[in-house]
Amino acid sequence: MYSQKVMEHFQNPRNMGEIKDADGIGKVGNPVCGDVMQIFIKIEKDKNGIERISDIKFKTFGCAAAIATSSMMTELAKGKTLEDALKIARGDVADSLDGLPPIKMHCSNLAADGLHAAIKDYLSKKKK
Amino acid sequence: MDHAATTAADPDVITAMLPYFRESFGNASSLHTLGQEAKKALENAREEVATLIGAKNDEMIFTAGGTESDNIAIQGVAHRNRKKGGHIITTKIEHPAVLNTCKHLEAQGFKVTYLPVDKDGLINAKDVESAIKEDTILITIMHANNEIGTIEPIEEIGKIAKKHSIPFHTDAVQSMGKIPVNVDKMNLDMLSISSHKIYGPKGVGALYIRNGVKLEPLVHGGGHEKGLRSSTENIPGIVGFGKACSLAKGKLETEMQRLTKLRDTLIDNILHNVEESYLDGHRTKRLPNNVNLRFSAIEGESLVLSLDAKGIAASTGSACSSKKLEPSHVLMAIGLNEVEAHGSLRLTLGRWNTKEEVEYVCGVLPEVVGRLRSMSPLWHK
Repeated sequence: MYSQKVMEHFQNPRNMGEIKDADGIGKVGNPVCGDVMQIFIKIEKDKNGIERISDIKFKTFGCAAAIATSSMMTELAKGKTLEDALKIARGDVADSLDGLPPIKMHCSNLAADGLHAAIKDYLSKKKK
Repeated sequence: MDHAATTAADPDVITAMLPYFRESFGNASSLHTLGQEAKKALENAREEVATLIGAKNDEMIFTAGGTESDNIAIQGVAHRNRKKGGHIITTKIEHPAVLNTCKHLEAQGFKVTYLPVDKDGLINAKDVESAIKEDTILITIMHANNEIGTIEPIEEIGKIAKKHSIPFHTDAVQSMGKIPVNVDKMNLDMLSISSHKIYGPKGVGALYIRNGVKLEPLVHGGGHEKGLRSSTENIPGIVGFGKACSLAKGKLETEMQRLTKLRDTLIDNILHNVEESYLDGHRTKRLPNNVNLRFSAIEGESLVLSLDAKGIAASTGSACSSKKLEPSHVLMAIGLNEVEAHGSLRLTLGRWNTKEEVEYVCGVLPEVVGRLRSMSPLWHK
């Protein structure tokens, strides 16, 4: 059912955990559907003064696809500028995992949505 | 530990089947020696299956499996009795082979009452009686539930059906070979059983039909099996099924005791050692091999795959694991909400599971649950 990459990320997820003083937190999904993701990001300016995701962590309640897509998404997002991170589209996570069964594509969507939600949270906090 | 899904064929079953693929490969309808050998094997197997359930040989027909038996029974009686009425009584927790057959009949104009169950999955026999109407032509209620293991009061329900002269069918796919099944004691008119759940080969089952109960056939052809299931008989499969039944009869009492002990060890140990774990299904009116648990804040598919990586086969009623992304209808029927149903795990023991394997599972499970909880935003500790 799942690719080897998905199983790898499921068994050995990257960046799992919380960031206590996160700059942005994204909460997506709901327990009724069976997928809940929390994405924590830390933002730092690089030597050119551009904001980048210096650290990112996730916590996920969900199936193997949900856990694997969260993990892969954090790998894709880490170190990226906010602009590039916002470009990480819904299908990108699934592609990086060598594909997901059609019925599980919504997990890939959720992971990208979670990242974007975390960035939006950071940007709205910054304005204040 | 997923024996409710399927079982490995017993080595004696395979030995019994082998000659019928090549040396004695005849068609049981042929007049020559080769054919008659096959016929003899067919009738011998029929007796072995009938004996396990206390039926007469000529009341057993062979089918392609439990699902087909359910279809033949339910659709057969429904269509035969169309003119007498169109009402069928069943339950909310039946296997899809019964539920979807009933839904199919509803689309054809039959009316179906799906009786509710209590929080342990038990049907109240009084509810069955209250549901009976003038045009009720069939009652179909499973003997034991495949997900939560709850054993229904079939004998009592059978008495009620008899009192009202309504044909009574039970899907005994999960109970046969695990607990005593007797068609007379249970007041049954029809009973569905399946080979691959009792260490026989896949692709064969049987339907018991009490003499006097008339059905319309689903499959038409050469008139095999009293005209109810035409097709050249699957002799190797049927011989295997027969052998599986005679083995099951011999081992019934000892296996019931052995499996109940292992089951209880699993249940007691896990409930004790894993926080926020719950048992689903009746604690004692329960199949000897069935353990169905629920763990808060984690999801069933990821639990099953984590156990798989540790060499443990199990299953779940979680929505994420189903083809339609819907939670188990059985868990919903016993009153769980969607969130609760997500964390479900079913372990079903079998003939070759050992005490050591049970101890291994008891050791591994808290670790696996702990890992998933450490990842879960819903786990508060």
